[in-house]
Amino acid sequence: MTTTPYTSPIPVRRAHLGDAIASEWTKMRSLRSTLWTLGVMVVLVLGLGVLLAYAIGEASASPDAYEGGSVLTLGLLGMLLATVCVITLGVLTITSEFGTGMIRTTLTACPSRGRVLTAKAIVFFALVFVTTTLVSAFTAAAQCAVLGTTGGASAGQWIRVTVGVGLFMAFLGLLSLAVGALLRHSAGSITTMIGLVLLPYVLAIGLYTRELNDLRTALVEYSIPALLGTLYTGGPVGGMPMPSGWQPLWIIMGVTAVALAGAYTALDRRDA
Amino acid sequence: MIEAVRLTKRYGAKTAVDDLSFQVRPGVVTGFLGPNGSGKSTTMRMILGLDRPTSGRVTIGGHPFRELPNAPRQVGALLDARAVHGGRTARSHLLALAQLAGIPARRVDEVLGVVGLQDVARRRSKGFSLGMGQRLGIAAALLGDPQVLLFDEPVNGLDPEGILWVRNLMKALAAEGRTVFVSSHLMSEMALTADHLVVIGRGRLLADMSVREFIATNSAGFARVRTPAGEPEQREKLVAALTGAGGFVLSEPDGALRVTGLPLPRVSDLAHDAGVRLWELSPHQASLEEAYMRMTQTAVDYRSTDDRLAELGPVPEQPPVVPDVPLEGWYAPPPPAPVPVPAPAAPPVPAGAAAAPAASGGPADADRAGGGGPQQSRTHESSTEDAR
Repeated sequence: MTTTPYTSPIPVRRAHLGDAIASEWTKMRSLRSTLWTLGVMVVLVLGLGVLLAYAIGEASASPDAYEGGSVLTLGLLGMLLATVCVITLGVLTITSEFGTGMIRTTLTACPSRGRVLTAKAIVFFALVFVTTTLVSAFTAAAQCAVLGTTGGASAGQWIRVTVGVGLFMAFLGLLSLAVGALLRHSAGSITTMIGLVLLPYVLAIGLYTRELNDLRTALVEYSIPALLGTLYTGGPVGGMPMPSGWQPLWIIMGVTAVALAGAYTALDRRDA
Repeated sequence: MIEAVRLTKRYGAKTAVDDLSFQVRPGVVTGFLGPNGSGKSTTMRMILGLDRPTSGRVTIGGHPFRELPNAPRQVGALLDARAVHGGRTARSHLLALAQLAGIPARRVDEVLGVVGLQDVARRRSKGFSLGMGQRLGIAAALLGDPQVLLFDEPVNGLDPEGILWVRNLMKALAAEGRTVFVSSHLMSEMALTADHLVVIGRGRLLADMSVREFIATNSAGFARVRTPAGEPEQREKLVAALTGAGGFVLSEPDGALRVTGLPLPRVSDLAHDAGVRLWELSPHQASLEEAYMRMTQTAVDYRSTDDRLAELGPVPEQPPVVPDVPLEGWYAPPPPAPVPVPAPAAPPVPAGAAAAPAASGGPADADRAGGGGPQQSRTHESSTEDAR
């Protein structure tokens, strides 16, 4: 029996964020749920977008009806439903580790908890951003092809419904990931996020008195579906002094940053 | 080298680990023993920096785990075999961990071979048996080829061949100069695997010593004395003489006496002086399992209530006795063939099922089988020393 400490023949090198990102990418791609969730999202956005374009094309013969780039707004319906996929994937990225206890194995392999969360956030954000941007661009192009017009949409509008929507969805997913890290429970986190999306509308229904008109309008206009819609339409529906242009993106970025800061603190302080 | 200093963890009002100090040295397998819920897993999690101690500290090679440079290359751990995502293949699971720790991917295939999972490497771990899950967990622990290894209940769910494999693996890892810390609630398993023991109960340290020391300290020897069957007055006389001389006498299920506190020759002399014939006088060692049970019995959280059928008939003014210990090779003279109803003094055979053979007037053998049955079943694992 020897007491000289054991030294491994495998070369030792310090692990860094790049290793953690590679690891998170392996985790992400090795699960079928990732493929299913993103697959459903692509089918929803593309399928609904093209169907809608056909339906409208049948109803109205004149391509002039889509002047001012309004043809691009046809992608909104599919993207609204796709939020559910992005929320689910964002939450599951972290809660599946808490649910199975895998998080302890992960944190034993990498005691730097911040690095683990950063790697998860980067991999997930990149994946959702690329997927959503591509599928939005493809959908918009398909819709233009079906209707036989681009409706004179400007370059700015094109960028907003592709890159803008891609960023918005990626931040929404990141917000879900942060909520998942805070609540550590899949069903609870998904319910919370769906609630966040729908609650403003539910509340607005209750606030029917005239005195609360402004509050009701604000609730609806700042809700996640309305913010997403603003990216498509470019301005608030009905001409209210509410978010317009790229503003929805700054709003969701701010909310996500706060939630993510909470997630970092909680993950670092809590017992795993 | 793992060092815990006054380690304490409280969850609200409950203290899971209480002022625990110990050292785990390299080169030997250190067993970490305690009943269920005694704080073993909590301690392991604190060693790995997963849980924060309420007070005190624990270090590995002088550093807290979370401040170790290259932690995964220095420490490997199996905490919970079910802590994998069932949707991932064994290989993907290990690959993700290897990448996270900056370990080359070829090491994944190496450890899969070491634990014997190479054939199912591309199967999703959802379909794994408990034993395969344990092997996958052990593979994850070995991934970084670390100096310090922690295993929480590694043999749970393994078949006998797997248990033997784990046992040899632990020993081989320790022989290479690594620090191996293995928790278990089975003394019998640890007696075969470990060189050193850290025993806790209710989060407190009960013992920190080598297995040999543990046996010497805790397995009290005793003498088994048997007086002629069918002569209860002889037995009573001997009990009185032995107790008078400062011995402690317990009754065994079959009517033999278990004597502690007196050397064998003295027992013989006392019997001679009292004019009592002896059928048996043999030295015995209590088993390690028994010593462990005795040590932790006050520290068990979850205990079943007594089964009244298992009660023993105590010799007057003696507490009820404990388990029957195998003869361990000592020659116990068989009772002479034609024996009348045995019925020793203050019959040790209580009411209930055990009384039946005695009442039927069967030979002493039958009596022994009837009275000793429940006892033997309680201690059927107690022959660990023989195995050693």
